[in-house]
Amino acid sequence: MPEATRNVTSQVSDELEEGIPVMQHILDNPFILLFLGVVVPTVLYVIWGVMEIIGIPIAK
Amino acid sequence: MAVNRMFRTCPMTGLRVHQPAEALIKANAVAAVVSLLVGGVLALLVTLTRWPAVHLLPADWYYLVLTAHGINMLIFWIIFFEIAVLYFASSTLLGCRLAAPRLAWFAFLLMVLGALINNYAVFRGDSSVMFTSYAPMGAHPTFYLGLIVFAVGALIACFVFFGTLIVGKEERTYIGSVPLVTFGAITAAIIAVFTIASGAIILIPTFLWSVGLVDHIDSLMYRTVWWAFGHSSQQINVSAHVAIWYAIAAILFGAKPMSEKVSRFAFLMYILFLQIAAAHHLLVDPGLTSNWKILNTSYALYLAVVASMVHGLTVPGSIEVAQRAKGYTKGLFEWLRKAPWGNPVFSGMFMSLLGFGFLGGISGVILGTEQLNIIMHNTIYVPGHFHATVVLGTTLAFMAVTYFVIPAIFRREVSFPKMAQWQPYVFTLGMTMVCLFMMGAGTLGVPRRHWDITFAGNPLGFEFPGMAFLMMGLMGIGGVLAVVGGAMYLLVTVHSVFLGKKIQTPGFAQVRVVEGAAPAPAQPVSAALQAHGGVGAWSAPGTFALAMVFLTAFVLYYFINWNYLSTVWPLR
Amino acid sequence: MSAILPPEQRVWWKQPIEPIEITWIVVAFIWGLIMFLMMPYWHVFGKQNLANEAYRATPEVFVAKTQAMVDKYQVREETDQKIPVVRPPAGSDVYLIARLWQWWPMLELEEGQSYKLHLMSLDWLHGFSLQPENINIQVHPGYMHLLTVQPSKAGTYAIICNEYCGINHHTMVSRLYVVPKK
Repeated sequence: MPEATRNVTSQVSDELEEGIPVMQHILDNPFILLFLGVVVPTVLYVIWGVMEIIGIPIAK
Repeated sequence: MAVNRMFRTCPMTGLRVHQPAEALIKANAVAAVVSLLVGGVLALLVTLTRWPAVHLLPADWYYLVLTAHGINMLIFWIIFFEIAVLYFASSTLLGCRLAAPRLAWFAFLLMVLGALINNYAVFRGDSSVMFTSYAPMGAHPTFYLGLIVFAVGALIACFVFFGTLIVGKEERTYIGSVPLVTFGAITAAIIAVFTIASGAIILIPTFLWSVGLVDHIDSLMYRTVWWAFGHSSQQINVSAHVAIWYAIAAILFGAKPMSEKVSRFAFLMYILFLQIAAAHHLLVDPGLTSNWKILNTSYALYLAVVASMVHGLTVPGSIEVAQRAKGYTKGLFEWLRKAPWGNPVFSGMFMSLLGFGFLGGISGVILGTEQLNIIMHNTIYVPGHFHATVVLGTTLAFMAVTYFVIPAIFRREVSFPKMAQWQPYVFTLGMTMVCLFMMGAGTLGVPRRHWDITFAGNPLGFEFPGMAFLMMGLMGIGGVLAVVGGAMYLLVTVHSVFLGKKIQTPGFAQVRVVEGAAPAPAQPVSAALQAHGGVGAWSAPGTFALAMVFLTAFVLYYFINWNYLSTVWPLR
Repeated sequence: MSAILPPEQRVWWKQPIEPIEITWIVVAFIWGLIMFLMMPYWHVFGKQNLANEAYRATPEVFVAKTQAMVDKYQVREETDQKIPVVRPPAGSDVYLIARLWQWWPMLELEEGQSYKLHLMSLDWLHGFSLQPENINIQVHPGYMHLLTVQPSKAGTYAIICNEYCGINHHTMVSRLYVVPKK
């Protein structure tokens, strides 16, 4: 019985999934967002910052 | 292992509450309030020491208490509460079971253990290194260990949250996109993951250094990576309290977000760019270039600030639309005048919004402007700013939502309703004084984290202007008032939760929710395209007027500070 | 109660944005751009900027440089601790040591002249806070921070430490003299 209900609902929602814009797909996927939210600050802030610190020359 | 699928329906909201999630929300909220109690007592001691006329504690105790105050408030109170928010926003709002409740309990135990270990380290007396614990100043190894254990627990809790999102989707307890409030919680959880990862990168080597396994911790490297943890942890708060603003607007007014697209896109700007503003703390540090400083401190062209300004408009805007629909249409502000100012859920939330925007937001952007930071760095202006964001913004929002959580989750009536009604006002008044006078004193150069600004007995001592002492005194009065407001909150909350009158409602029912029990399917794509989300036209003129007042204040104060900067010694 | 419920419209991305929102977004975005551009603008046209010039240095190297300056230009000593007061020539390199819990030595500069100030800590982090001018710079151990200062007004200034550096943090205060042009 639960199987049957499930198939019906999934059919309905598969129909609903059609025609959704790419941007909404991205916003609806927490794992893409998690990836972006970790990578962007890691690159812009941490990696870039650490590179600059490593590059500081030694005093003469 | 059998999965507990028992739910109850909430008679107030119609939400279905998963029993294990409910227990975890309660446990995390209680741990948060206990941390707030500890942090609050310490706050009183800090205030009374920096109030020049009182100058209560000796120096060693002052630095110890300030360290403990910072960590208990900024980390323990706020993150425990946020974990409760995450569980609520996932399990309860999606109407699904919480993923892995046992793991969530394990996370909770780790967090409690971490908080205890860290407090033990601080109260031993050899770890008065402040919240920031800048290496090469060292603390007892248990200081770092406690923070690491706590962070591991919080990270596990974040993954329980993400797991719950999967459960909801797989078991189809909702159809379509998650609610906006849940989306805000996702934002908070993502920032939390970045925060905790950064914390691990820097605190684990520092712990190893404290036990002698690592030779050297570079101070500049420490400050750079530590702030990716320290500042971002406060960005979790911003996302969480903005989500709470939306939730309260929805619960109290039935307000709909003006448009889902705008609000969600604003949250996306938080996800991408809010964390990089950790550079605010490194603007006068050597070696980092202005390119790095400017891009990071400006949240990438201020896109995350634009996002905050958008939330600041759409939350009251959606309330205005809802109020106008109820007939409060006279003039620009009838909707606001006739709002339920006697309900602490509303008054707290609205003052949180104003305080965060006008005081915290503006001062934060100005502090975080590369050159303007020269005239503010490490002055008491800095705590003035972050008490406006974290206390007026986050803590007040959390307090406001507590008055909803007590009946909804704890199933108790709010005790001492009169006191609860006054509490947000007392707290806001006190905290606003603290923030304003700290900022004022900071503009006059008064340093933060300083036991004696009179430099008593020092032959080289410096005399701050009388105005600085006056401001510090007024800050002290405000601080005491804020502590009174905090005590009122604790009294109401603790009494309600443990001794409050139990709510018995006929609507109360235990239900068993099975897979596939989603609410009625959403409209198909074709229907959605025709429907307008917005009410159209110029729907919230009062809010727009408020936004213009905000912008004017922002622009004026911004250029006043540039003008002040232009008068100091030329520097290159 | 839609912020706590899934969006009613399945495709919310294509809903029109309300006019009030789009107006505010445009205004906020422009204001953000102005604030962003103010920083590079000030680097070009403003007078108060940090060059962010820095070098790695050991405490020994920095102490030696400072000592050389003190030996050459010391004019007097002050307080019981006999802290030297140095008066280096205009335009020269001047050194200031930050250490627990002292600034060393004391500098005497001339109004309107430029000096290349080298700041470094020998132990923990310290904060260079010049009062009442209110110029605040972070001072690191291991990194020599170079900045060109041009005192604009004669007077006795204070240098206080505004980065917490342990139990006697609040006693770490010194002077900087700016004398009128001859």
